[in-house]
Amino acid sequence: MKYYDKLIFELSKPGRCGYTLPENGYGRCVKELPAELCRQVPLPLPEVSEPDVVRHYTNLSQMNFGVDTGFYPLGSCTMKYNPKINEEVAAMPGFTALHPLQPGTDGACAVINGLDKALAAITGMAKFTFEPCAGAHGELTGLMLMRSYHMARGDAARTKVIVPDSAHGTNPASAAVCGLEVVEVKSNAQGLVDVEDLKPLLGPEIAGIMMTNPNTLGLFEKEIGEIAALVHACGGLLYYDGANMNPMLGVVRPGDMGFDIMHLNLHKTFSTPHGGGGPGSGPVGVAAHLVSLLPTIKVSGFHGNFGVMLRAYAYILMLGRQNVKLAGKYATVSANYIKESLKDVYKLPIPTVCKHEFVFDGLVNDGGEEGREGATTLDVAKRLLDFGFHAPTIYFPLLFHQALMIEPTETESLETIDAFIAVMRRIAEEAAADPSLLKSAPHCAPIRRPDETTAARQPVLQYRDTL
Amino acid sequence: MAGFSYFPHTEEDLRVMLDKIGVASLDDLYSDVPASFLFRGEYDLPDAMSEQQVRDFFESLAAKNTRLKVFVGAGAYDHYTPSVIPYITSRSEFLTAYTPYQAEISQGTLRYIFEYQSMICALTGMDVSNASLYDGPTAAAEAMKMALACTKKKTRVLLSRTLLPHVIRVVETYARFHGVELGYIDAKDGQTSLESLQASLAADNVAGIIVPALNRYGIIEDFTGFAEAVHARKGVVIEYCDPSALAVVKTPGEWDFDIAVGDGQPLGIPLSFGGPYVGFMACRKDYVRKMPGRIVGQTTDADGKRCYVLTLQAREQHIRREKATSNICSNESLMALYVTVYLSLMGPSGMKKVNCLSYAGAHYLHDELLKTGRFEEVFTKPFLKEFVLNPRVDIKTLQQKLQDGGFFAALATEEGYVSFCVTEKRSKEEIDALVALVKEV
Repeated sequence: MKYYDKLIFELSKPGRCGYTLPENGYGRCVKELPAELCRQVPLPLPEVSEPDVVRHYTNLSQMNFGVDTGFYPLGSCTMKYNPKINEEVAAMPGFTALHPLQPGTDGACAVINGLDKALAAITGMAKFTFEPCAGAHGELTGLMLMRSYHMARGDAARTKVIVPDSAHGTNPASAAVCGLEVVEVKSNAQGLVDVEDLKPLLGPEIAGIMMTNPNTLGLFEKEIGEIAALVHACGGLLYYDGANMNPMLGVVRPGDMGFDIMHLNLHKTFSTPHGGGGPGSGPVGVAAHLVSLLPTIKVSGFHGNFGVMLRAYAYILMLGRQNVKLAGKYATVSANYIKESLKDVYKLPIPTVCKHEFVFDGLVNDGGEEGREGATTLDVAKRLLDFGFHAPTIYFPLLFHQALMIEPTETESLETIDAFIAVMRRIAEEAAADPSLLKSAPHCAPIRRPDETTAARQPVLQYRDTL
Repeated sequence: MAGFSYFPHTEEDLRVMLDKIGVASLDDLYSDVPASFLFRGEYDLPDAMSEQQVRDFFESLAAKNTRLKVFVGAGAYDHYTPSVIPYITSRSEFLTAYTPYQAEISQGTLRYIFEYQSMICALTGMDVSNASLYDGPTAAAEAMKMALACTKKKTRVLLSRTLLPHVIRVVETYARFHGVELGYIDAKDGQTSLESLQASLAADNVAGIIVPALNRYGIIEDFTGFAEAVHARKGVVIEYCDPSALAVVKTPGEWDFDIAVGDGQPLGIPLSFGGPYVGFMACRKDYVRKMPGRIVGQTTDADGKRCYVLTLQAREQHIRREKATSNICSNESLMALYVTVYLSLMGPSGMKKVNCLSYAGAHYLHDELLKTGRFEEVFTKPFLKEFVLNPRVDIKTLQQKLQDGGFFAALATEEGYVSFCVTEKRSKEEIDALVALVKEV
């Protein structure tokens, strides 16, 4: 990766253009519109040629790390390989040229129905809606369905939802957007939902519980049977946050564990590219007793992110029933192998078998001593960048101060994983010897650590602010 | 055992890993899962296919869709996508990257988002833009929540009845659950009525209003007096706009509005049966800390080099949890890159030309359709590229005739009109062919 310092605006020169358009043979123009309805201010877009544009964005791309560049041990993000056939399928003109409201879409509808059936088979849910565009959007949609269920029964008092303290930040945020009050349930010493802490929270105001299973510590909530029975007995529903579905692929179906509503992240479990932060897709599945509520919730403009659905369906068809059964187990064995290979140099707060991910709580020896500050999780993360690895998820979950959350996936080879382990061990040695090398990292990335404080205190948020 | 192409695990690799872990089999890694929950059946899925079989399967499905020349907008516009866009956006460094939390190795993503924000500000005339939202309708719903956050002790948000129907439906869904009291501003002669707005404002509980720049009838709305009326009651005005049209129509900034939202799809994003698209949101500087979603800012690194980071994150769910401005976690980053590359190629002159061509084609079609005697004019207000007419013939017969001739046109509206749209992709020959078919109805 190399540093390149230009904004597209800085390449601009009046008179250049990067487009070709047909001639206007109609003899009419927007000048006919009343002036008071027309834009009077200049339009400060760049004026650049087509080769300028291609070279600029190619240069920008070379400052980026992606799954095709290297390994992402990024907890709760499931950064698996993005198959190339998926891209080819999504780019087929027979799909990309379709208007969302046009007739003659039998092929596109067959894609949606086929994916719906496949996801239902994999999860044990009855039916999915594909309108949600991301995981958090799926959570919100699922909670809307949960509230609708209670309201339809005239049970309007159920305005609280239980969320474990280990949950993804989107869980409580989605609950708030949905008009639900969050009640937090604590984790026990084993990192699991504390059933005794849960019991007194249950009652006639509880709409349901949001669970991630395995949870964000990568641990299977083995009391789920009892939890489901308790929540259902109090009249609530169970929501499954599918962000951590990958290790369950081929092993356990959320529907069989008693969940009524769930979302999947097609950009995690089903291999669609993250695209630098989207577009994703967060389809929501429901048990049979909630299917009739699906059409009552309209959460995006048309049919959801159809292009993402095509990719996910292609992935499932490539895997087929045989390989779907392997993906979760392979991800899990890789995670446990990394955990066992590093637990002598990184603190492992919960030493049990994990699923697809696990959490370290910082270094065993951070090199700190009198007059010398030890290396933190942030320092370890930044030093990893020097060795061609992405950082793990850091400072999440909030249960541990120096959380370092690691998730390999089933698409990483033993050689890659061994190389990562070797680098993590080397970084631990470097920290013990002299933390300053870590504190000043990265040394080999296109830039060094950015000044985030100034960015927030004196925001420069668009090109005009820089002039 | 032959492996599967996405999984590098050999029998030997698995043995090495299981030995290190100290378990005998992969199944032992799930010993904490109660046996009753383990799925022991066969998945109701097809057998694994070869890549060629998968390609053939999707090609056959794609062939089952009817390729039509699109003469409808209604929230999704068939503008041309220059070939540079898919070329750039399919670069794996952009496509396969994660959210740019690790700024040191994500300067490519961060830089184009900064450029995207700058371009959205340029189009809307607003001070700040976020890094994008899911789509136009959800951006409008987020703006509705933002209006409440920006104004104290006000409980109502008013929607113009001239907003596109799918925008209204999504905003209504969010409002129902978020506990927002919605009201509606009536339409008069195809445009949001100032009198109706003023009547609703009298109760003094309106946090904000949402009005469309180009409305459901394609009309360019005249907002004279709107900003003054709403600001006098300390509310905010949100404009739902077609960002492509903002190159030529009066901007939310020029109308003195507070928040601009809409769908970036008309800026080079293929129709793709409705998604992925990209929602945009821009606002006045005063409201930036109430804005949902990611925001990229410029700063310097430890060596003083110019660089970009995600900033003002104290608004977001991963920090604030239930107190965040929104639950949104992602943005539609790659689609923001589509928009950025598109606007770079088009520049100010290209954007103007796209609008001129669309305007000219739409007006030509409008006039030719009226000449057929099969339609009556509904409104006489200025429009850009989309318009409605009152059909004098049976709508279903008309639509079928056009579809059989290879056109998607004359979308029926809730009011019983038919809607048409023309972009720069439609040629005069295509328009003439469409009109010839209409004459046969």
